[in-house]
Amino acid sequence: MLKQTEGSKAVAEAIALCRPEVICAYPISPQTHIVEALGEMVKSGELMPCEFINVESEFAAMSVAIGASAAGARSYTATASQGLLFMVEAVYNASGLGLPIVMTVANRAIGAPINIWNDHSDSLSQRDSGWMQLFAETNQEAVDLHIQAFRLAEELSMPIMVCMDGFILTHAFERVDIPSQEQVDAYLPPFDPRQVLDPAEPVSIGAMVGPEAFMEVKYLAHAKQMQALELIPQLSAEFKKVFGRDSGGLVRTYCADDAETMIVAMGSVLGTIKDTVDEMRAEGHKIGVLGIVSYRPFPLAEVRAALMNCKRFIVLEKSLAVGMGGIVATDVRMAVTGTGLKGFTAIAGLGGRPIPKASLHKLFRQAEKEELPPVTFLDLDWDAVNKQLERERQNRHSGPIAENILHDKGIVSAKFG
Amino acid sequence: MFQIRVHGRGGQGVVTATEMLSVAAFEEGRHAQAFPSFGSERTGAPVVAFCRIDDKEIRLREPIMEPDALIIQDPTLLHQIDVFAGLKQDGYVLLNTHHSFETLGLSDILKERKAERFCTLPATELGLKHVGRPIPNVPLIAGFAALSGTIKLESVIKAINEKFSGKVAEGNIAAATESYYLVKEKIKGGAHA
Repeated sequence: MLKQTEGSKAVAEAIALCRPEVICAYPISPQTHIVEALGEMVKSGELMPCEFINVESEFAAMSVAIGASAAGARSYTATASQGLLFMVEAVYNASGLGLPIVMTVANRAIGAPINIWNDHSDSLSQRDSGWMQLFAETNQEAVDLHIQAFRLAEELSMPIMVCMDGFILTHAFERVDIPSQEQVDAYLPPFDPRQVLDPAEPVSIGAMVGPEAFMEVKYLAHAKQMQALELIPQLSAEFKKVFGRDSGGLVRTYCADDAETMIVAMGSVLGTIKDTVDEMRAEGHKIGVLGIVSYRPFPLAEVRAALMNCKRFIVLEKSLAVGMGGIVATDVRMAVTGTGLKGFTAIAGLGGRPIPKASLHKLFRQAEKEELPPVTFLDLDWDAVNKQLERERQNRHSGPIAENILHDKGIVSAKFG
Repeated sequence: MFQIRVHGRGGQGVVTATEMLSVAAFEEGRHAQAFPSFGSERTGAPVVAFCRIDDKEIRLREPIMEPDALIIQDPTLLHQIDVFAGLKQDGYVLLNTHHSFETLGLSDILKERKAERFCTLPATELGLKHVGRPIPNVPLIAGFAALSGTIKLESVIKAINEKFSGKVAEGNIAAATESYYLVKEKIKGGAHA
């Protein structure tokens, strides 16, 4: 049913339609509305049979999800930012054990400095954790990806994060078509676990594995993600048959056929990028877009194919590998190895910094002329940066950086006296 | 695309106002996107929320920096932040106050712009009168419907019925209806009273 609703609410409804049996979560912005809505549905009996377990931390949330999934229950949780970091040990265990948990990550920056706003640092910090990661561009896609995620996770017996931009999507009201229970049931069969803890047929899950077998177990995790590269497009095609719309897949292109400059990005910023590209196309610029839906597994071949015919590309990403540059850009450059393509990286939108169309126009025009340095920081306030650098040159005891910058910008006075 | 920015304070229903605007537009078959300015919400702190309305899918995710309309839920904000920043030259302004723009020291802004698109509404009083709470958001979105003609009163009422039920819905509908016709009257007078 088509409705105007909040992203978090829409995702909660989609999760409920997937008939989860255990939901365990600890509240953290901007994810909280999702599990609050699910908690209400469990309490009212709208979602049953399902147990909503209040836990004392994110570490407990993931641990409970592991236990529930190992016992054969379809398990779901959601988190963001420091919450994801706090559960990391269990995050690796979930994938290492091959448990098909679905987790929403309402993408948010990682502190310090503490910041509740959106960027992709949190889930990208877990890129090597063995979890698959799909990024939603809109709330409709967030809904659809969650439904596909349970299918994908359970087919492969591997966990998956569905990543949606915190606040920008989670707190946005927009139109979303919520599928019917019949549609979801037709697409998503009941959970039939590959491994299950059952007192009637006892097994152990979580053996200690020495050098004689560890590499094989790890390789199989990699092999599963390689299988996912084939499965994700199939599940997306099947989704279209049942639900009637394109959603998911590995990558998606826009205005790419004759594009000389390609913009590569993930998540909701693709919308702003497409609007910018439309305006530039109207002025005759040969520019196109490559949206990456599946960040893990990373679709090297599809990214390469999508960029093969352009002359240059720029990866615009909401994440920063400190001391290196781009995180997504590293993978994209790997995909185009040997093509001689010119690639640029733009770090944008960290900690919720808006990514306005006007800034993108400027950036994309510079990229077209190949006038960019290898790594650009979009809309960085160089005056503020240089002032602090100068302060550090002048004064050995220059003090805390975040407080100094805030003070310089006149936002709050963090200094007393 | 029509872009609305709502300024207010935490606790005044600023975010709810934009959400209800988006629902009202959706009820008319239009595309709409409402989103808050993503602050840590605190009662009394300045809050901004946004709503876009269009006849096609809205993909843009930037904050609204050049609004077609401003709804100002708290006149004390006028001295605190530049609420008019980026307002389009022919933009609409609906201000919650029982004073006039002139007595609030805003004569200059009126001279530079289309004064007939500026209107005041005693929205807090209307909220108190009909709902029993000093929440100005519903009167203001109904007043905005009257001022701009962007959405219909019946769509606002549909949005109220989706959000509230029983006595609260009834009170809000009464507040919306009175606000709508009050603003209509003011516009007929041609002025920005």
